[in-house]
Amino acid sequence: MSCPVAIALQYLLNALQLGSVYALIALGYSMVYGILTMINFAHGDIFMVGAYLAMWATLFLLGLPLNLPIIFIFLGSLLFTMTLTAALGVSIERLAYRPLRQAPKVSAVITALGVGLFLENFTLATIGPEPRQVPAIIPVQQYSWGGVAFTNVQLLILVVSLILMVLLDTLVRRTLTGMAMRAISYNRVIVPLMGVSVDRIISLTFAIGSAIAGAGGLLYGLAYPVLDPYMGIRIGWWAFIAAVVGGIGNIRGAVLGGYVLGTVEIFTPVLLASSTYRDSVAFSMLLILLIFKPTGLLGRPTVEKV
Amino acid sequence: MMALLEVTNISHTFGGLQALADFNVTLNDGDLVGLIGPNGAGKTTVFNLISGVYRPDQGRIVFAGQDITLWPSYRRMAAGMSRTFQNIRLFKDMSVLDNVRLGAFAHYTYSFWQIVGRTASFHLQERRLTQEALAMLARFGLAGSAQAPARNLSYGEQRRLEIARALISRPKLLLLDEPAAGMNQAETLELVALLRDLHREFALTIMLIEHHMGVVLDLCQRVQVLDFGSTIFAGNPQEAQQHPQVLEAYLGKEENGEHGHAIAEP
Amino acid sequence: MKKSNQASERGRLGGWYWTLGSLALLALAWLLPASGIMNLYLQQVLMYVGINIILTLSLNLVNGYMGEFSVGHAGFMAVGAYVAAILTVAVFPRAWGPVVFPLALIMGGLAAALAGLVVAFPSFRTRGDYLAIVTLAFNMIVKSILENINAVGGPRGYMGMSKLSNLVWVVFWVLVTLLVLRNVIYSNLGRGIIAIREDELAANLVSVNTPRLKIYAFCLSAFFAGVAGGLYAHLLQFINPRSFSILKSTDMLVMVYLGGIGSLAGSILGASLYTILMELLRPLELWRWVVGPLLLVLLMIFRPTGIMGLKEVRWLQPTASEETGWGKVARRS
Ligand SMILES: Nc1ncnc2c1ncn2[C@@H]1O[C@H](COP(=O)(O)OP(=O)(O)OP(=O)(O)O)[C@@H](O)[C@H]1O
Ligand SMILES: [Mg+2]
Repeated sequence: MSCPVAIALQYLLNALQLGSVYALIALGYSMVYGILTMINFAHGDIFMVGAYLAMWATLFLLGLPLNLPIIFIFLGSLLFTMTLTAALGVSIERLAYRPLRQAPKVSAVITALGVGLFLENFTLATIGPEPRQVPAIIPVQQYSWGGVAFTNVQLLILVVSLILMVLLDTLVRRTLTGMAMRAISYNRVIVPLMGVSVDRIISLTFAIGSAIAGAGGLLYGLAYPVLDPYMGIRIGWWAFIAAVVGGIGNIRGAVLGGYVLGTVEIFTPVLLASSTYRDSVAFSMLLILLIFKPTGLLGRPTVEKV
Repeated sequence: MMALLEVTNISHTFGGLQALADFNVTLNDGDLVGLIGPNGAGKTTVFNLISGVYRPDQGRIVFAGQDITLWPSYRRMAAGMSRTFQNIRLFKDMSVLDNVRLGAFAHYTYSFWQIVGRTASFHLQERRLTQEALAMLARFGLAGSAQAPARNLSYGEQRRLEIARALISRPKLLLLDEPAAGMNQAETLELVALLRDLHREFALTIMLIEHHMGVVLDLCQRVQVLDFGSTIFAGNPQEAQQHPQVLEAYLGKEENGEHGHAIAEP
Repeated sequence: MKKSNQASERGRLGGWYWTLGSLALLALAWLLPASGIMNLYLQQVLMYVGINIILTLSLNLVNGYMGEFSVGHAGFMAVGAYVAAILTVAVFPRAWGPVVFPLALIMGGLAAALAGLVVAFPSFRTRGDYLAIVTLAFNMIVKSILENINAVGGPRGYMGMSKLSNLVWVVFWVLVTLLVLRNVIYSNLGRGIIAIREDELAANLVSVNTPRLKIYAFCLSAFFAGVAGGLYAHLLQFINPRSFSILKSTDMLVMVYLGGIGSLAGSILGASLYTILMELLRPLELWRWVVGPLLLVLLMIFRPTGIMGLKEVRWLQPTASEETGWGKVARRS
């Protein structure tokens, strides 16, 4: 651990790990924006709920007197978390967003903020403000390769994220459902004429986006095993910035943005010799981006017809 | 004499669509010029470029001796220009009176402190503005609904309110985008008479987009005909009706059933 | 909004009523606590109500009247609170406290107004949800910067303020905010601001200088939020960056959308109802914080313009004579 290249690689590995989580959450922001041109401010909190659900699922499975294999516990928790967060996302869309689909943008944005806050405060009220410790499902094993240390947990996070991203990309690009999603984000008016149920596709988008955020919550808990009800605000915002950096509405852009933000977070303390400034750096980045490119990097500019 | 408005070679594209190409027009004080052409010809785009909604891709716009090509809309309007909209754009939740008073926004510039302190100068200006606005509403037969929200007016009244709002600033140049659209025969005739009076009374220079050929023939000294963004004719309105290219532009569209306004319409 | 000339004249209050009414309120605000009729707890609650009225009025100018979209208003409040607190604690001698307090509040307000520019400039080009992001980001940057300045206590917060806020000052600033905003709204400037909400493009095309008006509206709104922050700091005698998080901004949104957008009376109503409701729900402890967000969502779905929604009570509208100056000008000439 002395060679500067090895140190840089070490940081890069950490950035990749964090970036994967951001990317998974950013995907949900981007998908919903693509289809509804609405920023789902509650998405970060769905991630938070996912992290808690994963913790409970793991505790439950570990507590069973069956002595289940690790891989089974991991996959079981993952499945449980993704299913429930998907249900949560779909319910939020049904109950809070759908009645407002024709309402002014302002109402939808405020509602999303309200839903997010509701999830936070509801979690706070039910389980209390104390941070929770996530049990270690997987015994951490250190490896070292050319001076770079990494763990099996890190590898797991990278691999699982990658699998999920590739699956999603294939779904959106190769399947009929994905085609319908892209068609709706292109023009919501003509799609119903083509026999596609817009409501179903929107529900599906929320389900997939939320399930992936739930998976992100589980992976986050493995790497940073302390949870609190407000964790979704900060992580959610960083992921949101990632989505904007990559061009909101753009799926591959969201993944790229996630890794960019992971890098920013890991390298800011190194370069500024203080870790407390990283939020200012990220938000200033967002502000500058929005001032010079108000519709985001890859967003389509709209011209008002007069 | 210097022209009031001199538009030189302006063009505009939307995405890949050339909405307007090399458009030229010169308006002298007191002119009343018609701008006609089939749907989608680029007429409204001309108004949008002159009033600053969009910036032209190329070309120059000179108004009252100043190059306004890069000015924001509000500055152009403050310099003595007004317009109406093809799709009426009133401030719907505001009162009819407030709509008209807003038309003269740039002319009443009491300071923030005068507003907060309600000084005599504030009251004086506000009173003058209100009186002028009420007089203008009376001129357009809207005085009775001064306090009603604009959304409560009938379609024809809304069109007239838009013109009243445009006139209260005493503009030199008035751009009217299909003022007779949606009006019946009687309302249209009334409007034509009103416009003729206003043109004289306010010493206006008017550019008018209109599909009713009757209105154009009645009012305009000159017309300019657009088709697919290009000017295909400029000159006397009677001649325009005989011009082969103009006829083709209108009739060619007619066959597709796409165009509703025949050139011979009253 | 207004029915007809004559009907609308009835019930509106001229300058004299305002002066007398304000003096009466100020006198009450002094007498009730001084005479011991009103206990400390009630005073405290009323002061919160007052501060929230100022915040709600201020946010309503931007969100309700201008139709723009600030969701990070706690950022302005924070600037005002910290600047005012630093002035009374560290800059001026302690003994001068009661005398320099109004000055400190105004300075806090001005600092917040300056911060308002940070949001006003992006609003020239951005609207709707993107402006929401800008204002939220602003809120978070302010909080993050405060957490990083050790001189003001960093994340631990700042204390040492004397309890300079009292009911008289709070009532005074509520009246100032109300009067200034009312005068602005019923003027050319206010009509221009409302026109931006109704149709920004058309506003530009009737010569409304929209960038300038946005600067006015954001700075004025931020100023009063800053003053409210100063009052808050000298009421609690302790502030920390977390007091000015998005949660605070959301409270303000609830009050605006509860009372009614584009309405002064609605702001007063919304702030009072919500503050008192939250006070009554205190026994619910943590569950209390679920009420606000839930209320916000329900409001958006069932009554997005709030109780008063774009309507104004008569006594808050200027009289026709005041609006048009008939009376005053005639008297002078
Ligand atoms: N904001 C816009 N974005 C994309 N294309 C536009 C926009 N505005 C106009 N166009 C296109 O530019 C062309 C010219 O439009 P314009 O509105 O100037 O026509 P017009 O002559 O006023 O037609 P009409 O008689 O229907 O009012 C049309 O093809 C129109 O579809
Ligand atoms: Mg047109």
